[in-house]
Amino acid sequence: MKFAGLLVMPAGFFLALAALVLFPASNPGARAGFVLCGLAVEVLGLVVSVRGHLEAQAPKANGEDRP
Amino acid sequence: MTPALSPALPPVMTEATFVLVLVLLLVAPLALAGVALINTGLGRSRSAAQSLLGSLAIVAVAAIAFALVGATFAGTAGGAGHSLHLAGKAWNWLGTGPFFLAGLGSAPAPAQLGLLFEFLAVALAALIPWGSGADRLRLTAGCAVAAVLAAFGFPLLAHWVWEGGWLSQLGVNFSLGAGFLDPAGAASIHVLGALSALAVVWIAGPRKGKFPQGGFATAMPGHNAVYILFGCLLALAGWLAFNVAGAVLWLHAPLAALPVAAVNTLLSASGAVVATFAVTRIRFGKPDASLCANGWLSGLVASSAAAAIVTPIQSLMIGLIAGVLTPLLVEVLELAASIDDPSGAIAVHGAGGLWGLLAAGALAPQSGQFLAQLVGIAALLGLGLPLLYLLFWLVNRFVPLRVDSDGERIGMDLHELGGGAYPEFVIHRDDSYR
Repeated sequence: MKFAGLLVMPAGFFLALAALVLFPASNPGARAGFVLCGLAVEVLGLVVSVRGHLEAQAPKANGEDRP
Repeated sequence: MTPALSPALPPVMTEATFVLVLVLLLVAPLALAGVALINTGLGRSRSAAQSLLGSLAIVAVAAIAFALVGATFAGTAGGAGHSLHLAGKAWNWLGTGPFFLAGLGSAPAPAQLGLLFEFLAVALAALIPWGSGADRLRLTAGCAVAAVLAAFGFPLLAHWVWEGGWLSQLGVNFSLGAGFLDPAGAASIHVLGALSALAVVWIAGPRKGKFPQGGFATAMPGHNAVYILFGCLLALAGWLAFNVAGAVLWLHAPLAALPVAAVNTLLSASGAVVATFAVTRIRFGKPDASLCANGWLSGLVASSAAAAIVTPIQSLMIGLIAGVLTPLLVEVLELAASIDDPSGAIAVHGAGGLWGLLAAGALAPQSGQFLAQLVGIAALLGLGLPLLYLLFWLVNRFVPLRVDSDGERIGMDLHELGGGAYPEFVIHRDDSYR
């Protein structure tokens, strides 16, 4: 799950880049909206990664199963 | 992908400016000393010597890796670079500087100073994950992380932001203000360091006993508040130097604008520590020394982005907000996200840096600047974190980041160095944290 979240994050980055390519400077509202959507996707990916970390952490609590 | 010339040629530097920036950069290592002391003080006493020796080793390894590999990828502004051509624009994504610093002595003065700035910046960035991995990260693993960061992670970002890369060209290519602004490394040093810290902490896991099953997170306070608070004062001197030198090198600020940048740095840190003092006083009944230190540092980090751009009153406000956010975020990361970060670096350097970058974009006079900052932040989070996690995951396959449980039990000093930092003191047993 952590890896899935990390894989989603670059998608958000490419959305932000696409905003620059697709929308001209004369349309700043659309550009900003698209970039914000890209950031939102990145935040979603980060949240999924944190959830994945929490799930993986539970059985390892207290470091008991570590070498 | 074709080599391309960057349009961002640095202006000619006068002799007086050269001397000023050189002197500032000779003072800037105080920031490294401050962060190293803070990291050591926030760790446990049985790992203190390993922490400080690790800081020295990490600075050394980062400098060597950057000299051998990183400086080539970082390139120089106005020098050659690799560009992707997309939608009729050149996206300069990788520098092609000379190998092994060849010809450094005959390079233009701004390029030489820029390289010196980057050497210090990469060393500071490499210290950040070391603090987060305190008490369980092996010395060799810390050095391996620093080497990878200095050879691959930092140079890529330094090229994009400072050396004529695509983020610095957002203004020219897409009419986004003056391009991504990060004059003293809020992104290239601090957010990068914080993302590295997050990746390292995720891979290495928490300290033994930190998150007991079915219970609350165990408090493991730093062992020396004097180190922590003195480190804050040292860091101020270093930050003043970084912020003023960065304003000259990367914003080409006139000499008359430099005292304001220095005042803004101090005001940002001051606002932050006052806010953290108040928040912890309200929250816990008494101000918390280590959280106040974190607040001070987050104000400094936020100033790295904004000090050379905003007015003094704006800088104070930026610091106040950073100081409110930091202690809350430290708590959220520990209690809600189960992230064991003894130095609080992810909140301090990550959130502080991101807040500074956003504030600089919102308060800069150029139109489109805020969007440029958002695109830069998207690049940091969207590419930076996955890439760093992948790199450190690979490092962990060959050089395990975490010490074995026996080493963690007896302490990193005894395990790795054979002797403690305080041989005459009785060291707490692990049981005392349960």
